[in-house]
Amino acid sequence: MKEHFDILVVGAGPAGVAAAVTAAECGRRTALVDDNPAAGGQIWRSGASLPRTAQDWLRRLQQSDAVRLQGWRVFDRPRRNVLLAERTESNGSTGRQVVELHGSRLILATGARERFVAFPGWTLPNVMGAGGLDALVRAGLPIAGKRVVVAGTGPLLLAVAAHLAERGARVMAVCEQAPLRRLARFGLHALREPAKLWQGAHYRRSMGRGLLTGCWITTAHGDDRVRSVTLRQGKKHWQVGCDYVGCGFHLVPNTELASLLGCRIEEGLVATNGRLETSIADVYCAGEPNGIGGVELAVLEGRIAALEASGRSEEANGLAEQRKRKLHFVRAFADACRLDPALRALATDSTIVCRCEDVRFGALRDRTNWREAKLLTRCGMGPCQGRICGATTEFLFGWRVDSVRPPIFPASVASLAFTGAPDHGAASQISQPAKESV
Amino acid sequence: MCEAELISLTVNGSPIDVSPGTTVAAAVLTAGEPTRLSVAGEPRAPLCGMGICFECRVVIDGVAHRRSCQILCVPGMDVRTESAGAPGVPQK
Repeated sequence: MKEHFDILVVGAGPAGVAAAVTAAECGRRTALVDDNPAAGGQIWRSGASLPRTAQDWLRRLQQSDAVRLQGWRVFDRPRRNVLLAERTESNGSTGRQVVELHGSRLILATGARERFVAFPGWTLPNVMGAGGLDALVRAGLPIAGKRVVVAGTGPLLLAVAAHLAERGARVMAVCEQAPLRRLARFGLHALREPAKLWQGAHYRRSMGRGLLTGCWITTAHGDDRVRSVTLRQGKKHWQVGCDYVGCGFHLVPNTELASLLGCRIEEGLVATNGRLETSIADVYCAGEPNGIGGVELAVLEGRIAALEASGRSEEANGLAEQRKRKLHFVRAFADACRLDPALRALATDSTIVCRCEDVRFGALRDRTNWREAKLLTRCGMGPCQGRICGATTEFLFGWRVDSVRPPIFPASVASLAFTGAPDHGAASQISQPAKESV
Repeated sequence: MCEAELISLTVNGSPIDVSPGTTVAAAVLTAGEPTRLSVAGEPRAPLCGMGICFECRVVIDGVAHRRSCQILCVPGMDVRTESAGAPGVPQK
């Protein structure tokens, strides 16, 4: 089926929800397409108590006229301003459907994913991303009484540790790779933003255990799953038993769709002007793909992009000053989360770097760039298309993932063969705003 | 939480009850099963929890390659993992 919208928003995290609500409230015919079972993205994931702001935005979304395509994954762009999306089958059904979505203007709010560092044992079952473990707990994984080690870098670690502790997990250690002095510098930045500082203090209190700084996992040990990890802080090494490990090294923007549309990418970020227009006409970008700046900046950018795309530049300009004040967080985050070069030495020749194809460090160390590694070792050629190992090899070897091709996610043959023929299943999905609960 | 509304499904033939809103990935982890076998035959379990890494692929009601972290459990669902020898997931 085909459907035309004034404004088509991709991604239902904070930026996308704010954009869709704002555009719909401006009277524009708006659609919001997202691949998860429910709106909210990762940070406003349902299944847990949400902050007031999140509840407000999600309620406004439900009350808005925006058409919500929840559980649909955008995988291709056949023509300018046209996107193809495939059902993610979040209801478990086997019927596959495709929609062709036309947007006079597109707003990309594709968010970010976690960055991973390869260390021996990181592929063991129950070693996950920090956000990944949190997401699974919110999605029903019982964590009460389980021993958990949270490690990596970034503000997410404390948030995850606090949440898991609230759910009854035994948080054995929270390891932040950055040294204390750098975090203190970040703390000074936070003083300009009292809400963020309060969050940090709250996390520390509810967690009950101190944060280990300049500390990381050197090895995860186990058999059919992780049983313990070796931690290192300075010259000290020690082993901690655990049932789960949440280990994430800050975030990497999801720029694949922007790349596919031809938007200019600079230093791994989508390049935008002050109006959040990308280098491609009628394509806007909001939130983390513009730079990892946190949820408040993402919401603000969603609103700005939607106002600009709705032709309400004057109102958008009114938000520009607020945005400018929050932009320093992008740099502050990046600086605070800079990885210690010593983390490069954790991988041994037998450590897997590309999990999809089981490509080990030893096979990659003498390659000179991403493309050569792909051709000679199959690194990045699996179903994740380099989304996980791309950032890992960028840190290890300085490679940059330099090509994006459709489909940007694996899609069924039926979807790839889609010719725009009527599909009544999808049509009934889209003609009425979905009534899912938030 | 909401005991009255537990959802019953099977993971590798064994019954398991989960709360509404639970994803298949969370159910498989709760059952203590890895999801897939890697190219070299190592057991794997979910990594990213958000539909990016593809480590959580399982067979649901006979359909292979389902990303279990983005699929909600429904009553009577039959979930099979490659680690338990589920068919339909070709190895290279």
